[in-house]
Amino acid sequence: MTDIAKTPSSSTGAALRSIALLRESWIGMLGAGLILFWVLVALFAPLLAPHDPLAILQPFAKPGTLHAASGTTLWLGADNLGRDILSRIIWGSRTVLIYAPLATGCAYVVGIIMGLAAGYHRGWWDTVLSRIGDIILSFPVLVLYIIVIATFGASGFNIVIAITFASAPGIMRIVRGLALDLRNRDYVAASQTRGETSFYIMMVEILPNARGPLIVDACVRLGYVIITIGVLGFLGLGLPPPNPDWGGMVNEARGMAMIFPHMTLIPCAAISSLVLGFNLLADGLREVSLRD
Amino acid sequence: MADRNDTHDTPVLEIEDLCVSYFTRAGEIPAVIDFSLSLMPGESVGLVGESGCGKSTVAMAIMRYLGGNGGIVDGTVRFKGQDMAALSAAELRALRGSQIAMVYQEPMAALNPALTIGTQLAEVPVTHADASADEAYDQAVEMLRDVELPDPERVMAAYPHQISGGQQQRVVIAMALLGRPALLLLDEPTTALDVTVEAGIVTLIAELSRKYGTALLYISHNLGLMLEVCDRIGVMYSGEMVESGDIDAIFEQPRHPYTLGLLGCVPLPHADKNERPLTAIPGQLPLPHERPQGCNFGPRCPSFEQGVCGIQSIAMEAVPSDGGAPHTVRCARWQVVEPVCALPEGDYRPPSAFGETVLEVDGMQKYYTVRDTSLRAFVTGKTVRYVKANEDLSFKAREGETVAIVGESGCGKSTVARVLMGLETATSGAVRFQDSDVGGLLAHDRSPAQLGALQMIFQNPNETLNPSLTIGAQIGRVIRKFGIERDTSRVRSRVQKLLEMVKLPSEFASRKPRQLSGGQKQRVAIARAFAGNPAAVIADEPISALDVSVAAAVTELIMDIQRDHKTTLLFISHDLSAVRYLADRVVVMYLGRVMEQGTTDEVFSPPYHPYTEALLSAVPIADTTVEKRRIVLEGVLPSSLNPPKGCPFSTRCQRRLGAICDNEPPPVQFHADKHAIACHIPMDELQDVEPVITVKVRLAS
Amino acid sequence: MLILIAKRIGFMVMTMVAVSILLFLVLEISPGSVATKVLGQYASDEQKNIWLEQHGYFEPLWYRYGVWAGNFMTGELGVSHRFKVPVGDIMWPRLWNTAVLGFWTFALIIPASLILGVLAGMREGSKLDRAISITSVLTTSIPEFASAVFLSAIFVFGLKWLPGTSGMINGFDPTQLILPVMVLFLYDFGYVARMTRASMAEVMTTPYIRTAILKGLPYRQVIVKHALRNALIAPFTVIMLQLNWLLSGVIVVEFFFAYKGFGALLLEASLNQDIFVIEACAMVAVFVAVATQTIADIGYTYLNPRIRFS
Repeated sequence: MTDIAKTPSSSTGAALRSIALLRESWIGMLGAGLILFWVLVALFAPLLAPHDPLAILQPFAKPGTLHAASGTTLWLGADNLGRDILSRIIWGSRTVLIYAPLATGCAYVVGIIMGLAAGYHRGWWDTVLSRIGDIILSFPVLVLYIIVIATFGASGFNIVIAITFASAPGIMRIVRGLALDLRNRDYVAASQTRGETSFYIMMVEILPNARGPLIVDACVRLGYVIITIGVLGFLGLGLPPPNPDWGGMVNEARGMAMIFPHMTLIPCAAISSLVLGFNLLADGLREVSLRD
Repeated sequence: MADRNDTHDTPVLEIEDLCVSYFTRAGEIPAVIDFSLSLMPGESVGLVGESGCGKSTVAMAIMRYLGGNGGIVDGTVRFKGQDMAALSAAELRALRGSQIAMVYQEPMAALNPALTIGTQLAEVPVTHADASADEAYDQAVEMLRDVELPDPERVMAAYPHQISGGQQQRVVIAMALLGRPALLLLDEPTTALDVTVEAGIVTLIAELSRKYGTALLYISHNLGLMLEVCDRIGVMYSGEMVESGDIDAIFEQPRHPYTLGLLGCVPLPHADKNERPLTAIPGQLPLPHERPQGCNFGPRCPSFEQGVCGIQSIAMEAVPSDGGAPHTVRCARWQVVEPVCALPEGDYRPPSAFGETVLEVDGMQKYYTVRDTSLRAFVTGKTVRYVKANEDLSFKAREGETVAIVGESGCGKSTVARVLMGLETATSGAVRFQDSDVGGLLAHDRSPAQLGALQMIFQNPNETLNPSLTIGAQIGRVIRKFGIERDTSRVRSRVQKLLEMVKLPSEFASRKPRQLSGGQKQRVAIARAFAGNPAAVIADEPISALDVSVAAAVTELIMDIQRDHKTTLLFISHDLSAVRYLADRVVVMYLGRVMEQGTTDEVFSPPYHPYTEALLSAVPIADTTVEKRRIVLEGVLPSSLNPPKGCPFSTRCQRRLGAICDNEPPPVQFHADKHAIACHIPMDELQDVEPVITVKVRLAS
Repeated sequence: MLILIAKRIGFMVMTMVAVSILLFLVLEISPGSVATKVLGQYASDEQKNIWLEQHGYFEPLWYRYGVWAGNFMTGELGVSHRFKVPVGDIMWPRLWNTAVLGFWTFALIIPASLILGVLAGMREGSKLDRAISITSVLTTSIPEFASAVFLSAIFVFGLKWLPGTSGMINGFDPTQLILPVMVLFLYDFGYVARMTRASMAEVMTTPYIRTAILKGLPYRQVIVKHALRNALIAPFTVIMLQLNWLLSGVIVVEFFFAYKGFGALLLEASLNQDIFVIEACAMVAVFVAVATQTIADIGYTYLNPRIRFS
């Protein structure tokens, strides 16, 4: 169908339009809605949380128990130490929504710089950076996290560093691939023939035109990072207690799941819904960007 | 084949009032409207039109293959009298590939990369004729021999990527003919191929269709090709057939203003810019959902009259014709339209005078290094090989002159541009530009003045502009970069001036490239190239990706600006007609070497280099008054990794002398003063040939 | 082809060396901390020095690496200070257990995800496609520990059909394998299915599929002969690389279900600073990952004639 007049669409310049077009994909809207919900929860945590997440109220309270001392209902119950699960979930959303975007962002900065350098300059740069990337990627991810965190200790900072270290090569691969393609475009040649610097070409001619696929990838990757933070918490390698952290909550309550399933089920549901939000958003964006 | 004779007087294909629409989220988009056509056995009919006119959709509708969102809304398609719409899925399948077959535009994409050619060919007899595997294999080999592929057994065992583009297309043709179809649909069958290869394919199709009695439906944008291959032709515009009739009637007495316009847009290899300026069709093709009321061509038509043309859709009317097929036209004012290409007589332009030499390429050589990682290279120790893209290339270009570098794909013509522009450096030799040698300088080692003085227009309009930046920002950047202006408001006004120069409205400055059509983007690219007041501009196939009517306008624009600014233009092209049209001097390249160079007149008339001769003969010409000598080249282009030892053209040359051509590089011989030909054949023998193209005197009508 | 294989294997060896250096630097750069890990927090400096002396830790770094790497290649993996036995004695049986778990997971993932992916990609946008896509997004969005929690809540606490732990204390018990395999399957199959779907959908829009249809081939033949051959090249690589993910997933699942596998061993070792076990496990994990990657690369080249003959 080479013949059908198409509005000339650049494969990549579609990112901003995609967001406007997202309204047409219910999957994407659903994902955006889920994310928005958790973002609002995190933002207004102090207003929404009925209790101090560290306050000890009534150990092992089942959901809906009336807490006599404060006269409030513990809608989601309390954990083994008697802390209000609802408040911990609400405050926990902050943890996840601070560290996941922070770690992803750091990984993107490193990955983009490496990818642009490898894909645009090729040659020696490409060989060295790609080899380094391949070596890091050959580690099973969780093995890498476990070694890094077990060696350097569990802290927010170390988690961000570990995730950056492990994710940057993947991002580099994507950026490199896009850059290898985009560098052959005539507009890049045009800017070379007017003597632009490599930095200008990478930042103005290449990177902005790679943003479409990168935005989709960022959504998927955010989902993975949230899972990773959850898994680290679950394995006891996350933020040190008593900070409310969804993965950590599952870990603490694991032994009592048989008698008090709510203590594990609720944080699991929270984390799954947030990851689902990012994955659905990515799907929606992908669908919309392919459409025209 | 007995049953075919019985049906000799019923049409193979009869299309009546066909309407095809695509259903998108934006609603129903009519792609083909009210289309009728009939095709007799053995007949060859062409459908011509620019992109978006719906010609390919017609082919797909015949095959009843319109994808998930397309459908036939109205009308009938009858194959041998049988309504295609009434066929069951199984009946349709039995017809496809046996009775109706198709040849596609991109042969490489049309063949399955993971299966051998033999497997893909043998499927046809196995599916349609219940042949055994052995029979199918034999038939396939036989058919490969018919399409004149050397060594068919080897081709059978090969994967598609292992053979050349021309050979791939022969395989696709063989695949189509294996079912002995009554109707063959050819959708731009030669568009992706070089002219000399195209000439071979076209001849082959004609021979085979005669041999097997196949009716042909040719779909192409190339008017010249149509004239060579079709008995009848239909011209399509914006989803409608606007004119149809005998090929000669359409070319000699066109009635529809669009047909006239198209013919006026096509450069001919026997006329140049000074004798016969192109007349572009103003405006652009309406998008399918923005078609005007009344005649679709109305807004672009010179004979448009609101009361007559702009009210309701126009019906096809018959034009009186002297015998032959009926000549019909979809124009309300056809009786008023002058049926001759109205060339603006007074528009003769005197050739411009040339100044000093601006650019001189002297003995330039460009090799690319390739690392061979195969086992053989490893064993023989030849792990580094060279792609000899340019070998000993020399030419000059003076102020205000247009020098064309012409050749087929792989001849190294684009490499010349890359070296001149500083995207690569020359391996050896000199490139003198404005008195300094720039051959060894990459762009970022050149001064802003040097950069601004030598700029380039690129081939692909969709890739020439950065999709993320506005037009104004992109042109403005160039102005600042070359130090023409620095002050923001003055940059802005310079951008406005440049847009005006390329005849684009000033509000385009704030638009993004995706809001522009291909022709408009190419105009912006021209504005960008001229932003630094260049002394020389290199145009690498600037019009080959554009539709005919748009290309004509862009060509004229480039030439006007060039004339006004006395710019030297280096025009790189595979299109001999375009070269003839606008070049003053021509350099013919083959496999990295110059075969012939001289003024345009010298190159286009005897003595010819045998390659130039073959090239000229292969160009399809959209003019019925022209006669050509036919020369069809054999063989494939050798690899530039391993070019022939002697004359690079010796492996395909139709006038090869013998071993001397294979073993010794040809001497450069001069005819007249500067007309140089690199060939072993003595000059007087070269001179002693008829011109390839001769123009019959048109009888006074 | 031979050169390619040699190259890939060479690269694999190079990666292993690089990884081992990295690992060695991270874990053993400071001998003092090694001694602390081996002898425990409360060992005196004197004890540590004696131990370091005995084990050659006062030699230069590169020399120590040489000895360490040499020992590794000859199977001298050191002694676990937690279990007080040679590392090999605990690691190899654990690895076998994990292989059993991985085998069953793959035995389910490969057919399920390929079939579903192909069916979805065959008719893009159909109801089946939508259903498969949404299911796979859902399952890949649930982390393994969460699906372990959910599945346990249903099958262990709710229906009481399956055991909640997989310690295999009384010998091998297939029912204890069901939940771990299910969890790994749920998390991983969606990804492979989506990749297969994308690959298939892309192939279905190519001109050569159009050629095959317009040749009049039966639809079945178009799919089986023309589409699958091309569409399954990409998922093959993805499946091989999935092993890398599986190694991560295995850690979570084995920890959750107390399955005595390799992942749980690595985790325990990390939490207890059992340094030689960490080193051995990490090297084995990387070896498995790099080896599968090498096989994936070679296989990809073999399956793709465009690369094979060029």
